[in-house]
Amino acid sequence: MKKKITRRGFLKRSAVAAAAATLPLSLVELSWGKGNPQNFTFAYISDSHLTHIKGTEFVRNFDKGLKKAVTECNFMSPKPDFVVYGGDLAQLGKKEELEHGLEIMSKLRHPVRWVIGEHDFYLDLGRFWEDKISKTTYSFDHKGVHFVVLNSILTYDSWINRWKSPAERMSNMARLDNPNGSPFMVGDRQINWLRKDLAKVSKDTPIVVMSHSPLYKIFKPWNFWTDDAEKVQAVLMPFKKVTVLHGHVHQILYNQIGNITFQAMMSTAWPWPYPISYIQKKHQIPKITVFMNRADPFHERDATGWSILNMEDGRVTNHYKLWENKDRILKYDKRLGYPVDTVYQNPANRIPPQEHY
Amino acid sequence: MKRVLIIVCMTAFIGTGLVGISSADEFTKKDLEKWNKEFMSVVKEGEKLFHSALGSNKVSCDMCHPNASNTHPETYPKFQKQIGKVVALRDMINWCIQNPLEGKPLKLDDPKMIALEAYITYERRGKPLEPGKH
Repeated sequence: MKKKITRRGFLKRSAVAAAAATLPLSLVELSWGKGNPQNFTFAYISDSHLTHIKGTEFVRNFDKGLKKAVTECNFMSPKPDFVVYGGDLAQLGKKEELEHGLEIMSKLRHPVRWVIGEHDFYLDLGRFWEDKISKTTYSFDHKGVHFVVLNSILTYDSWINRWKSPAERMSNMARLDNPNGSPFMVGDRQINWLRKDLAKVSKDTPIVVMSHSPLYKIFKPWNFWTDDAEKVQAVLMPFKKVTVLHGHVHQILYNQIGNITFQAMMSTAWPWPYPISYIQKKHQIPKITVFMNRADPFHERDATGWSILNMEDGRVTNHYKLWENKDRILKYDKRLGYPVDTVYQNPANRIPPQEHY
Repeated sequence: MKRVLIIVCMTAFIGTGLVGISSADEFTKKDLEKWNKEFMSVVKEGEKLFHSALGSNKVSCDMCHPNASNTHPETYPKFQKQIGKVVALRDMINWCIQNPLEGKPLKLDDPKMIALEAYITYERRGKPLEPGKH
Protein backbone atom coordinates (compact mmCIF):
# COMPACT_ATOMS: atom_id res chain seq x y z
CA MET A 1 0.00 0.00 0.00
CA LYS A 2 1.42 3.37 -0.99
CA LYS A 3 1.42 5.98 1.72
CA LYS A 4 -0.36 9.21 0.84
CA ILE A 5 1.91 12.23 1.00
CA THR A 6 0.33 14.93 3.13
CA ARG A 7 1.59 18.49 3.46
CA ARG A 8 2.32 17.93 7.17
CA GLY A 9 4.22 14.68 6.47
CA PHE A 10 6.24 16.26 3.69
CA LEU A 11 7.31 19.16 5.91
CA LYS A 12 8.29 16.76 8.70
CA ARG A 13 10.45 14.64 6.40
CA SER A 14 12.07 17.75 4.90
CA ALA A 15 12.98 18.93 8.40
CA VAL A 16 14.65 15.56 9.18
CA ALA A 17 16.57 15.69 5.91
CA ALA A 18 17.74 19.23 6.64
CA ALA A 19 18.90 18.21 10.12
CA ALA A 20 20.81 15.27 8.67
CA ALA A 21 22.52 17.54 6.18
CA THR A 22 23.84 19.73 8.96
CA LEU A 23 25.18 16.82 11.11
CA PRO A 24 28.89 17.19 11.89
CA LEU A 25 30.93 15.06 9.47
CA SER A 26 32.47 13.01 12.25
CA LEU A 27 29.11 11.36 12.87
CA VAL A 28 28.71 10.24 9.29
CA GLU A 29 30.34 7.22 7.64
CA LEU A 30 32.62 8.50 4.90
CA SER A 31 32.15 6.02 2.13
CA TRP A 32 31.65 7.77 -1.15
CA GLY A 33 33.53 7.15 -4.34
CA LYS A 34 34.13 3.95 -6.21
CA GLY A 35 36.56 1.58 -4.55
CA ASN A 36 36.45 3.21 -1.13
CA PRO A 37 36.03 0.42 1.41
CA GLN A 38 32.84 0.65 3.40
CA ASN A 39 32.29 -0.71 6.86
CA PHE A 40 30.18 -3.83 7.02
CA THR A 41 29.66 -7.00 9.00
CA PHE A 42 30.00 -10.63 8.09
CA ALA A 43 30.09 -13.85 10.11
CA TYR A 44 32.38 -16.87 10.16
CA ILE A 45 31.48 -20.43 11.09
CA SER A 46 34.10 -23.14 10.82
CA ASP A 47 35.28 -26.67 11.58
CA SER A 48 32.06 -28.47 12.51
CA HIS A 49 33.42 -31.98 11.78
CA LEU A 50 29.99 -33.56 11.47
CA THR A 51 30.58 -37.26 12.03
CA HIS A 52 28.43 -40.01 10.59
CA ILE A 53 27.90 -42.99 12.93
CA LYS A 54 25.47 -45.16 10.97
CA GLY A 55 22.15 -44.81 9.14
CA THR A 56 20.83 -41.38 10.07
CA GLU A 57 22.91 -41.16 13.26
CA PHE A 58 25.54 -38.45 13.67
CA VAL A 59 27.66 -37.42 16.67
CA ARG A 60 25.20 -35.38 18.73
CA ASN A 61 27.80 -33.06 20.25
CA PHE A 62 29.16 -31.84 16.90
CA ASP A 63 25.70 -31.42 15.35
CA LYS A 64 24.76 -29.26 18.32
CA GLY A 65 27.73 -26.94 17.74
CA LEU A 66 26.88 -26.16 14.13
CA LYS A 67 23.16 -25.83 14.84
CA LYS A 68 23.89 -23.36 17.65
CA ALA A 69 26.11 -21.23 15.41
CA VAL A 70 23.49 -21.19 12.64
CA THR A 71 20.72 -20.19 15.06
CA GLU A 72 22.80 -17.39 16.57
CA CYS A 73 23.83 -16.16 13.14
CA ASN A 74 20.17 -15.92 12.18
CA PHE A 75 19.55 -13.68 15.20
CA MET A 76 22.33 -11.25 14.29
CA SER A 77 21.32 -7.63 14.29
CA PRO A 78 22.32 -5.88 12.14
CA LYS A 79 22.31 -8.77 9.68
CA PRO A 80 25.65 -9.91 8.30
CA ASP A 81 26.21 -9.21 4.59
CA PHE A 82 27.21 -12.89 4.26
CA VAL A 83 28.47 -15.83 6.27
CA VAL A 84 31.72 -17.66 5.54
CA TYR A 85 31.95 -21.37 6.18
CA GLY A 86 35.65 -22.00 6.88
CA GLY A 87 35.99 -25.71 6.03
CA ASP A 88 35.87 -29.14 7.69
CA LEU A 89 32.10 -29.39 7.52
CA ALA A 90 32.57 -33.20 7.47
CA GLN A 91 34.82 -35.46 9.53
CA LEU A 92 35.63 -38.12 6.94
CA GLY A 93 34.46 -36.39 3.75
CA LYS A 94 31.48 -38.72 3.44
CA LYS A 95 28.51 -37.82 1.26
CA GLU A 96 26.27 -38.44 4.29
CA GLU A 97 28.27 -35.92 6.34
CA LEU A 98 28.41 -33.23 3.66
CA GLU A 99 24.71 -33.57 2.89
CA HIS A 100 23.89 -33.46 6.60
CA GLY A 101 26.00 -30.31 6.88
CA LEU A 102 24.27 -28.70 3.91
CA GLU A 103 20.91 -29.43 5.51
CA ILE A 104 21.89 -27.70 8.77
CA MET A 105 23.51 -24.81 6.88
CA SER A 106 20.38 -24.40 4.72
CA LYS A 107 18.64 -22.93 7.80
CA LEU A 108 20.91 -19.88 7.54
CA ARG A 109 19.05 -16.81 6.33
CA HIS A 110 22.17 -15.24 4.85
CA PRO A 111 24.24 -16.00 1.75
CA VAL A 112 27.21 -18.31 2.39
CA ARG A 113 30.75 -18.26 0.99
CA TRP A 114 32.51 -21.61 1.29
CA VAL A 115 36.12 -22.56 2.02
CA ILE A 116 37.13 -26.22 1.73
CA GLY A 117 38.98 -28.08 4.51
CA GLU A 118 41.02 -31.29 4.38
CA HIS A 119 38.22 -33.31 6.02
CA ASP A 120 35.92 -32.33 3.13
CA PHE A 121 38.50 -33.11 0.48
CA TYR A 122 40.58 -36.25 0.93
CA LEU A 123 37.91 -38.91 0.38
CA ASP A 124 36.88 -37.92 -3.16
CA LEU A 125 39.49 -35.19 -3.74
CA GLY A 126 36.84 -32.48 -3.63
CA ARG A 127 34.41 -33.88 -6.19
CA PHE A 128 31.24 -33.67 -4.06
CA TRP A 129 32.25 -30.23 -2.79
CA GLU A 130 32.77 -28.79 -6.26
CA ASP A 131 29.63 -30.45 -7.67
CA LYS A 132 27.21 -29.60 -4.87
CA ILE A 133 28.66 -26.85 -2.68
CA SER A 134 31.16 -24.42 -4.15
CA LYS A 135 34.24 -23.76 -6.17
CA THR A 136 37.38 -24.10 -4.07
CA THR A 137 39.36 -21.19 -5.54
CA TYR A 138 37.61 -17.90 -6.31
CA SER A 139 37.44 -14.21 -5.52
CA PHE A 140 34.75 -11.57 -5.15
CA ASP A 141 34.45 -7.88 -4.38
CA HIS A 142 32.27 -6.59 -1.61
CA LYS A 143 31.84 -2.92 -0.67
CA GLY A 144 35.34 -1.97 -1.74
CA VAL A 145 37.09 -5.02 -0.25
CA HIS A 146 38.59 -7.76 -2.43
CA PHE A 147 37.97 -11.25 -1.01
CA VAL A 148 39.97 -14.28 -2.13
CA VAL A 149 39.21 -17.91 -1.25
CA LEU A 150 42.02 -20.46 -1.60
CA ASN A 151 42.19 -24.23 -1.30
CA SER A 152 45.20 -24.38 1.01
CA ILE A 153 44.91 -28.04 2.01
CA LEU A 154 46.42 -29.59 -1.11
CA THR A 155 49.47 -31.79 -0.72
CA TYR A 156 52.05 -33.78 -2.66
CA ASP A 157 50.83 -36.25 -5.30
CA SER A 158 53.18 -38.91 -3.97
CA TRP A 159 51.29 -38.82 -0.66
CA ILE A 160 47.87 -38.73 -2.30
CA ASN A 161 48.71 -41.84 -4.34
CA ARG A 162 50.36 -43.91 -1.62
CA TRP A 163 47.14 -45.30 -0.06
CA LYS A 164 45.23 -48.48 -0.84
CA SER A 165 41.84 -46.73 -0.88
CA PRO A 166 40.28 -43.26 -0.69
CA ALA A 167 38.96 -44.12 2.79
CA GLU A 168 42.47 -45.00 4.00
CA ARG A 169 43.80 -41.74 2.55
CA MET A 170 41.01 -39.78 4.26
CA SER A 171 41.50 -41.37 7.68
CA ASN A 172 45.24 -40.74 7.51
CA MET A 173 44.70 -37.07 6.70
CA ALA A 174 42.00 -36.83 9.38
CA ARG A 175 44.41 -37.83 12.15
CA LEU A 176 45.99 -34.53 13.24
CA ASP A 177 49.00 -36.07 15.00
CA ASN A 178 49.71 -38.59 12.25
CA PRO A 179 53.45 -39.20 11.83
CA ASN A 180 52.55 -40.38 8.29
CA GLY A 181 50.75 -37.12 7.48
CA SER A 182 51.73 -34.67 4.76
CA PRO A 183 52.05 -30.88 4.86
CA PHE A 184 49.38 -28.67 3.32
CA MET A 185 50.13 -26.43 0.40
CA VAL A 186 48.47 -23.99 -1.99
CA GLY A 187 50.48 -25.10 -5.02
CA ASP A 188 51.99 -23.13 -7.90
CA ARG A 189 48.87 -23.31 -10.05
CA GLN A 190 46.76 -21.50 -7.48
CA ILE A 191 49.55 -19.07 -6.64
CA ASN A 192 49.75 -18.11 -10.32
CA TRP A 193 45.98 -17.71 -10.37
CA LEU A 194 46.24 -15.49 -7.26
CA ARG A 195 48.90 -13.35 -8.90
CA LYS A 196 46.67 -12.82 -11.94
CA ASP A 197 43.58 -12.22 -9.82
CA LEU A 198 45.34 -9.52 -7.79
CA ALA A 199 46.93 -7.89 -10.83
CA LYS A 200 43.69 -6.00 -11.46
CA VAL A 201 43.33 -4.82 -7.86
CA SER A 202 44.79 -1.51 -6.69
CA LYS A 203 47.40 -1.75 -3.95
CA ASP A 204 45.31 0.29 -1.51
CA THR A 205 42.27 -1.97 -1.83
CA PRO A 206 41.87 -4.00 1.36
CA ILE A 207 42.41 -7.72 0.67
CA VAL A 208 40.86 -10.50 2.75
CA VAL A 209 42.16 -13.99 1.99
CA MET A 210 40.24 -16.95 3.37
CA SER A 211 41.91 -20.34 3.57
CA HIS A 212 41.41 -23.39 5.74
CA SER A 213 44.98 -23.80 6.98
CA PRO A 214 46.97 -20.84 8.30
CA LEU A 215 49.01 -19.30 5.49
CA TYR A 216 52.08 -19.29 7.73
CA LYS A 217 54.06 -21.85 9.69
CA ILE A 218 53.25 -22.68 13.29
CA PHE A 219 53.62 -26.41 13.99
CA LYS A 220 54.34 -28.98 11.31
CA PRO A 221 53.47 -32.16 13.28
CA TRP A 222 49.80 -31.08 13.44
CA ASN A 223 49.72 -29.32 10.07
CA PHE A 224 49.27 -25.91 11.67
CA TRP A 225 51.27 -25.17 8.58
CA THR A 226 51.22 -24.42 4.86
CA ASP A 227 54.38 -25.58 3.14
CA ASP A 228 54.49 -22.85 0.48
CA ALA A 229 53.12 -20.10 2.74
CA GLU A 230 56.03 -17.76 1.98
CA LYS A 231 55.23 -17.86 -1.73
CA VAL A 232 51.61 -16.84 -1.05
CA GLN A 233 52.73 -14.12 1.37
CA ALA A 234 55.09 -12.74 -1.28
CA VAL A 235 52.14 -12.22 -3.65
CA LEU A 236 50.20 -10.41 -0.89
CA MET A 237 53.08 -8.23 0.33
CA PRO A 238 52.61 -5.28 -2.09
CA PHE A 239 49.10 -4.58 -0.77
CA LYS A 240 48.61 -2.09 2.05
CA LYS A 241 45.95 -3.89 4.07
CA VAL A 242 45.85 -7.67 3.96
CA THR A 243 44.01 -9.98 6.35
CA VAL A 244 44.15 -13.76 6.19
CA LEU A 245 41.29 -15.56 7.93
CA HIS A 246 41.67 -19.28 8.51
CA GLY A 247 40.19 -22.25 10.35
CA HIS A 248 41.82 -25.62 11.08
CA VAL A 249 43.47 -24.74 14.41
CA HIS A 250 40.26 -24.66 16.51
CA GLN A 251 41.56 -21.89 18.75
CA ILE A 252 42.12 -18.18 19.19
CA LEU A 253 45.33 -17.45 17.31
CA TYR A 254 46.61 -14.32 15.62
CA ASN A 255 49.76 -13.04 14.07
CA GLN A 256 51.25 -10.26 11.99
CA ILE A 257 53.86 -10.88 9.29
CA GLY A 258 54.83 -7.67 7.48
CA ASN A 259 51.64 -6.13 6.16
CA ILE A 260 49.61 -9.34 6.60
CA THR A 261 47.35 -9.87 9.61
CA PHE A 262 46.38 -13.47 10.38
CA GLN A 263 43.35 -14.46 12.44
CA ALA A 264 42.13 -17.96 13.28
CA MET A 265 38.50 -18.91 13.75
CA MET A 266 37.01 -21.11 16.45
CA SER A 267 35.60 -24.55 15.72
CA THR A 268 31.96 -25.28 16.48
CA ALA A 269 32.92 -28.88 17.38
CA TRP A 270 35.90 -29.06 19.76
CA PRO A 271 39.05 -27.09 20.63
CA TRP A 272 42.61 -28.12 19.76
CA PRO A 273 45.34 -27.61 22.33
CA TYR A 274 48.07 -25.07 21.59
CA PRO A 275 51.24 -26.77 20.27
CA ILE A 276 52.99 -25.39 23.36
CA SER A 277 51.32 -28.22 25.31
CA TYR A 278 53.09 -30.95 23.33
CA ILE A 279 56.57 -30.73 24.79
CA GLN A 280 58.38 -33.24 22.56
CA LYS A 281 58.48 -30.99 19.47
CA LYS A 282 59.38 -27.36 18.80
CA HIS A 283 56.69 -24.90 17.74
CA GLN A 284 56.47 -21.34 16.36
CA ILE A 285 53.37 -20.05 18.14
CA PRO A 286 52.99 -16.31 17.41
CA LYS A 287 54.14 -14.29 20.38
CA ILE A 288 51.34 -11.73 20.12
CA THR A 289 48.54 -14.30 20.60
CA VAL A 290 46.84 -14.22 23.99
CA PHE A 291 45.61 -17.81 24.38
CA MET A 292 41.98 -18.71 24.85
CA ASN A 293 41.04 -20.27 28.18
CA ARG A 294 42.03 -23.90 28.67
CA ALA A 295 39.00 -25.97 27.76
CA ASP A 296 36.80 -27.35 30.52
CA PRO A 297 35.73 -30.79 29.27
CA PHE A 298 32.76 -30.80 31.64
CA HIS A 299 31.19 -28.03 29.57
CA GLU A 300 30.62 -29.55 26.17
CA ARG A 301 30.60 -26.27 24.26
CA ASP A 302 33.50 -24.68 26.10
CA ALA A 303 36.33 -23.37 23.90
CA THR A 304 34.16 -23.64 20.79
CA GLY A 305 32.22 -20.89 19.01
CA TRP A 306 32.10 -18.68 15.94
CA SER A 307 32.92 -15.09 14.93
CA ILE A 308 31.23 -11.84 14.01
CA LEU A 309 33.63 -9.85 11.85
CA ASN A 310 33.36 -6.13 11.38
CA MET A 311 35.14 -4.69 8.41
CA GLU A 312 36.38 -1.34 9.76
CA ASP A 313 38.45 0.91 7.54
CA GLY A 314 39.67 -2.10 5.59
CA ARG A 315 40.71 -4.06 8.70
CA VAL A 316 38.86 -6.94 10.35
CA THR A 317 37.71 -6.59 13.95
CA ASN A 318 36.97 -10.07 15.21
CA HIS A 319 34.30 -10.65 17.85
CA TYR A 320 34.90 -14.21 18.99
CA LYS A 321 31.57 -15.57 20.20
CA LEU A 322 32.61 -18.05 22.89
CA TRP A 323 29.78 -20.11 24.23
CA GLU A 324 31.01 -20.93 27.72
CA ASN A 325 33.42 -18.03 28.22
CA LYS A 326 33.41 -14.27 27.93
CA ASP A 327 33.58 -13.16 24.30
CA ARG A 328 36.93 -11.89 23.08
CA ILE A 329 37.52 -8.96 20.71
CA LEU A 330 40.53 -8.74 18.43
CA LYS A 331 41.18 -5.38 16.80
CA TYR A 332 43.96 -4.10 14.57
CA ASP A 333 46.01 -1.49 16.43
CA LYS A 334 47.17 1.14 13.93
CA ARG A 335 49.88 2.47 16.23
CA LEU A 336 51.39 -0.96 16.95
CA GLY A 337 50.74 -2.34 13.46
CA TYR A 338 49.28 -5.63 14.62
CA PRO A 339 46.01 -6.99 16.06
CA VAL A 340 45.48 -6.86 19.81
CA ASP A 341 42.97 -8.33 22.21
CA THR A 342 41.01 -5.35 23.53
CA VAL A 343 41.04 -6.67 27.13
CA TYR A 344 43.82 -9.22 27.62
CA GLN A 345 46.70 -7.98 25.45
CA ASN A 346 48.22 -6.27 28.48
CA PRO A 347 49.86 -9.13 30.44
CA ALA A 348 48.62 -7.58 33.70
CA ASN A 349 45.03 -8.28 32.65
CA ARG A 350 45.43 -11.98 31.86
CA ILE A 351 43.75 -14.70 33.87
CA PRO A 352 45.00 -18.15 35.04
CA PRO A 353 42.96 -20.27 32.54
CA GLN A 354 44.86 -18.57 29.70
CA GLU A 355 48.04 -20.33 30.81
CA HIS A 356 48.67 -23.40 28.65
CA TYR A 357 51.40 -25.89 29.44
CA MET B 1 77.47 -74.01 66.10
CA LYS B 2 80.43 -73.12 63.86
CA ARG B 3 79.92 -76.34 61.96
CA VAL B 4 76.24 -75.61 61.37
CA LEU B 5 77.11 -72.15 60.01
CA ILE B 6 79.67 -73.55 57.57
CA ILE B 7 77.15 -76.09 56.31
CA VAL B 8 74.50 -73.39 55.87
CA CYS B 9 76.92 -71.15 53.99
CA MET B 10 78.13 -73.95 51.77
CA THR B 11 74.60 -75.03 51.00
CA ALA B 12 73.72 -71.46 50.06
CA PHE B 13 76.85 -71.16 47.90
CA ILE B 14 76.29 -74.48 46.15
CA GLY B 15 72.60 -73.75 45.76
CA THR B 16 73.29 -70.40 44.09
CA GLY B 17 75.81 -71.93 41.79
CA LEU B 18 73.50 -74.73 40.84
CA VAL B 19 70.35 -72.80 39.92
CA GLY B 20 72.08 -69.64 38.74
CA ILE B 21 70.12 -67.08 40.83
CA SER B 22 71.74 -63.66 40.48
CA SER B 23 71.64 -60.86 43.00
CA ALA B 24 68.57 -58.59 42.97
CA ASP B 25 70.31 -55.48 41.70
CA GLU B 26 72.24 -57.02 38.89
CA PHE B 27 70.80 -56.65 35.43
CA THR B 28 72.38 -56.31 32.07
CA LYS B 29 72.01 -53.94 29.15
CA LYS B 30 70.17 -56.74 27.44
CA ASP B 31 67.66 -56.81 30.30
CA LEU B 32 67.13 -53.05 29.94
CA GLU B 33 66.53 -53.38 26.25
CA LYS B 34 64.05 -56.18 26.83
CA TRP B 35 62.12 -54.26 29.48
CA ASN B 36 62.04 -51.15 27.35
CA LYS B 37 60.74 -53.19 24.44
CA GLU B 38 57.99 -54.56 26.67
CA PHE B 39 57.12 -51.05 27.83
CA MET B 40 57.13 -49.60 24.33
CA SER B 41 54.85 -52.36 23.07
CA VAL B 42 52.32 -51.28 25.70
CA VAL B 43 52.83 -47.61 24.71
CA LYS B 44 52.17 -48.61 21.10
CA GLU B 45 49.02 -50.46 22.15
CA GLY B 46 47.96 -47.35 24.11
CA GLU B 47 48.58 -45.15 21.07
CA LYS B 48 46.34 -47.43 19.01
CA LEU B 49 43.56 -47.31 21.61
CA PHE B 50 43.94 -43.55 22.00
CA HIS B 51 43.32 -43.18 18.26
CA SER B 52 40.37 -45.57 18.03
CA ALA B 53 36.67 -45.36 18.89
CA LEU B 54 36.62 -46.60 22.50
CA GLY B 55 33.00 -45.57 23.03
CA SER B 56 29.86 -45.84 20.94
CA ASN B 57 30.03 -42.80 18.67
CA LYS B 58 33.25 -43.03 16.61
CA VAL B 59 34.85 -40.21 18.62
CA SER B 60 38.43 -40.93 19.74
CA CYS B 61 40.66 -39.43 22.44
CA ASP B 62 43.15 -37.92 19.97
CA MET B 63 40.44 -35.73 18.43
CA CYS B 64 40.73 -33.35 21.42
CA HIS B 65 44.20 -34.45 22.55
CA PRO B 66 46.64 -34.81 19.64
CA ASN B 67 49.80 -36.51 20.94
CA ALA B 68 47.90 -36.79 24.25
CA SER B 69 48.51 -33.06 24.79
CA ASN B 70 46.33 -31.15 27.26
CA THR B 71 45.95 -34.28 29.41
CA HIS B 72 48.57 -33.17 31.96
CA PRO B 73 49.32 -36.60 33.50
CA GLU B 74 52.00 -34.98 35.68
CA THR B 75 49.34 -33.04 37.61
CA TYR B 76 47.45 -36.09 38.96
CA PRO B 77 46.16 -36.93 41.46
CA LYS B 78 44.45 -33.57 41.74
CA PHE B 79 41.23 -31.98 42.92
CA GLN B 80 38.76 -32.03 40.06
CA LYS B 81 36.15 -29.44 40.96
CA GLN B 82 33.54 -30.93 38.63
CA ILE B 83 33.82 -34.33 40.37
CA GLY B 84 34.24 -32.76 43.79
CA LYS B 85 37.22 -34.80 44.97
CA VAL B 86 40.84 -35.69 44.33
CA VAL B 87 41.00 -38.08 41.38
CA ALA B 88 43.64 -40.03 39.44
CA LEU B 89 44.38 -39.74 35.72
CA ARG B 90 42.54 -43.03 35.12
CA ASP B 91 39.36 -41.53 36.57
CA MET B 92 39.55 -38.77 33.97
CA ILE B 93 40.25 -41.29 31.18
CA ASN B 94 37.07 -43.08 32.17
CA TRP B 95 35.18 -39.79 32.38
CA CYS B 96 36.15 -39.04 28.78
CA ILE B 97 35.20 -42.55 27.63
CA GLN B 98 31.77 -42.17 29.26
CA ASN B 99 31.01 -38.60 28.13
CA PRO B 100 32.46 -37.34 24.85
CA LEU B 101 32.96 -40.94 23.65
CA GLU B 102 29.57 -42.11 25.02
CA GLY B 103 31.01 -45.48 26.09
CA LYS B 104 31.34 -47.77 29.09
CA PRO B 105 34.14 -47.14 31.63
CA LEU B 106 37.14 -49.49 31.70
CA LYS B 107 38.03 -51.43 34.85
CA LEU B 108 40.79 -49.50 36.59
CA ASP B 109 43.21 -52.44 36.18
CA ASP B 110 42.14 -53.27 32.63
CA PRO B 111 45.24 -53.77 30.43
CA LYS B 112 43.67 -51.22 28.08
CA MET B 113 43.66 -48.65 30.89
CA ILE B 114 47.33 -49.39 31.67
CA ALA B 115 48.14 -49.05 27.95
CA LEU B 116 46.32 -45.68 27.70
CA GLU B 117 48.19 -44.42 30.75
CA ALA B 118 51.48 -45.66 29.33
CA TYR B 119 50.91 -43.75 26.07
CA ILE B 120 49.67 -40.57 27.76
CA THR B 121 52.58 -40.40 30.21
CA TYR B 122 55.13 -41.39 27.55
CA GLU B 123 54.07 -38.44 25.38
CA ARG B 124 54.70 -36.25 28.44
CA ARG B 125 58.11 -37.73 29.26
CA GLY B 126 60.62 -35.33 30.76
CA LYS B 127 58.03 -33.10 32.44
CA PRO B 128 58.54 -32.78 36.23
CA LEU B 129 55.74 -34.07 38.43
CA GLU B 130 53.39 -31.40 39.74
CA PRO B 131 50.61 -33.28 41.53
CA GLY B 132 47.61 -31.13 42.35
CA LYS B 133 48.41 -28.45 39.74
CA HIS B 134 45.67 -26.83 37.72
